[in-house]
Amino acid sequence: MHMHKLERLWLMIGSGALILFLLVIGVNAFAMGHTPPSDSEILDPTQVDLTAPFDDPGLKKIGENEYELVLVAQAFTFQSNDEIKIPEGATVHFKVTSKDVVHGFQIPKTNVNMMITPGHINTITHTFDEAGQFLILCNEYCGVGHQAMGVPLEVIK
Amino acid sequence: MKNELVVDRHDAKLSMAHLYIAFAAVLLGGIAGLLQTLVRSGTIQLPAGIGYYQLLTAHGILLALVFTTYFIIGFFYAGMSRTMGKFYDQPYRMGWLGYIVMTIGTALTTVMVLLNEGTVLYTFYAPLKASPWFYIGLTLFIVGTWLAGGAMCHQYYIWKKVTHKKISPLFSFMAVMTMVLWFVATIGVAASVIFQFIPWSFGWVDEINILLSRTLFWYFGHPLVYFWLLPAYVCWYVIIPEIIGGKIFSDSLARLSFVLFLLFSIPVGFHHQLLESGISPFWKYLQVVLTFMVIVPSLMTAFSLFATFEIAGRKKGAKGLFGWFRALPWKDARFFAPMVGMLIFIPAGAGGIINASNQMNQIVHNTLWVTGHFHLTVASSVALTFFGIAYWLIPHLTGRVLTGRMHQIANLQTILWAIGMFFMSGAMHTVGLLGAPRRTAYTTYQDHPDALGWIPYEVTMAVGGSILFIAILLLMYIITDLAFFAPKGKEDFPIGEVAEAAEKTPVILENWRLWLGIATVLILVAYTVPVIHMIEHAPPGSPGYKFW
Repeated sequence: MHMHKLERLWLMIGSGALILFLLVIGVNAFAMGHTPPSDSEILDPTQVDLTAPFDDPGLKKIGENEYELVLVAQAFTFQSNDEIKIPEGATVHFKVTSKDVVHGFQIPKTNVNMMITPGHINTITHTFDEAGQFLILCNEYCGVGHQAMGVPLEVIK
Repeated sequence: MKNELVVDRHDAKLSMAHLYIAFAAVLLGGIAGLLQTLVRSGTIQLPAGIGYYQLLTAHGILLALVFTTYFIIGFFYAGMSRTMGKFYDQPYRMGWLGYIVMTIGTALTTVMVLLNEGTVLYTFYAPLKASPWFYIGLTLFIVGTWLAGGAMCHQYYIWKKVTHKKISPLFSFMAVMTMVLWFVATIGVAASVIFQFIPWSFGWVDEINILLSRTLFWYFGHPLVYFWLLPAYVCWYVIIPEIIGGKIFSDSLARLSFVLFLLFSIPVGFHHQLLESGISPFWKYLQVVLTFMVIVPSLMTAFSLFATFEIAGRKKGAKGLFGWFRALPWKDARFFAPMVGMLIFIPAGAGGIINASNQMNQIVHNTLWVTGHFHLTVASSVALTFFGIAYWLIPHLTGRVLTGRMHQIANLQTILWAIGMFFMSGAMHTVGLLGAPRRTAYTTYQDHPDALGWIPYEVTMAVGGSILFIAILLLMYIITDLAFFAPKGKEDFPIGEVAEAAEKTPVILENWRLWLGIATVLILVAYTVPVIHMIEHAPPGSPGYKFW
């Protein structure tokens, strides 16, 4: 099939740009470890309260300025036994599941954003370099109280 | 040159029957949309126990499904009748049957939403559980569209047999290709609704596999957006060249781009599920790569269109590098509305590339940015093109004319739409980057400083939404006038001709077995392993919840 000379040039530049984009996100994902949250652990969604570590959700120190924050998403809150206060500069591993419907898990001003599907665990890690007020919110419609589903997260000096 | 051909009177009725419902849906969906922007910005509270999410469900179903699908099918019947001749008896009857089944389904689902039995949004993610009749309505709607697609394919088949032609008219080829894309895509959502949702919502089974249901939905959900877009491309490729006094740049490349859409718009659903558990990063990335392939036919389309514009402008004597741009018929509503749609598609498409960019999706996923994105793509590029089609199609079908005064009012409509969308979608994109979630009613999260900072943007969204609603009222005036009151006469059904210099179209482009075969292989490559994994390694299923 004949293609106009300029059209060939246009498609070559366009496709070249696409390949470049794909290489950048591919290298960033697989060589630099920035793949999107894709945890493969599963559990019984009706037994969340009896399944470790979700039987005791909250903040646990696991290393030098390193924490695991286990949360149970449910309509319409994120359940935690501790207030969520994190020291400045700490790295936090979020580990979340849902005990009812699908929820979202997002912290504005950070790259923390993942889906919480019942029966699955999802994980994401973030280092809080600056002190301040943050907000964990649900960004997937989960029912009539969806807009109330948010809990504060404080990073303290 | 004037086109003397007129769509057959019976086919015109069938087409108009679809267009009436399409535009009624625009009005109702528009009212819901206006109220949503007012609620979200904290301007009003809904009376009489109407829920924000109930309105949101109605808005999504009426505009994203009812308006688009009815319009597309009505447009295709008219265009096929115009380019292939009157519908044969069997496909014609099947067309009406499809219309009836679709409409029963639409009515059933709408009633369930009004009764607050289906407030699950138009994506109906499990385990939120609506009334079984909500899902049955959706099933009937889909079955109705299958009958419509069947009618078009049958018409195409008989036409080829009767005429012994190897290459069909470009419009009809594109219409059939779009419906074939729709068949392949809807298999996913139909399987999910029939085998998962309906038995579960009736209580015949207790549990549902969440991840599988979401995967089947998005197997359908992404080609759905191409089902909206391709009819707009039909207008841009086939109709616009005739309106501006130009020629179709290349028949073969136009067909090739539609073939590429069939191949690459389906095995890409994971880019809507990038942040989900249970799907490995490898398969997500593979589908991201395939997603980027689908950008190539859009680049081809952009080139062809602007080549057509430039050639037409220069033929009229336009000088200089960009003189042809000024020479375009900007005052012609049939051109202006789709052209503004095309121009909006440039930033809209760029936004889409950002959304699909694997880990970059994390910044924008489920924020208002996404809502802003598809209000540029489907609600501007596609919608404005559809309005631009309606401006000549409705008078053509009803035996009336689009008067000079109506051209002006229609152009005002387009300008209002662009301004309203600039404010609404612009604010959505910006506040989305700040983290404001989509699909969320008015909230400050107990006066959290982050959320309080979003309010001015939400007010801007309401301002844009109000301008858009005025544009919708204007649209209703135009459509009503064109359907019932405009002066009697004959409005052209513009169908472009292929440029003399263009090459003969290769027959291979109409080899359906070949293209469907390749599409199937791509789908199997992209989905087989991850789907087997999600069935074999499934957690115990979920019971249903009614949290509204």
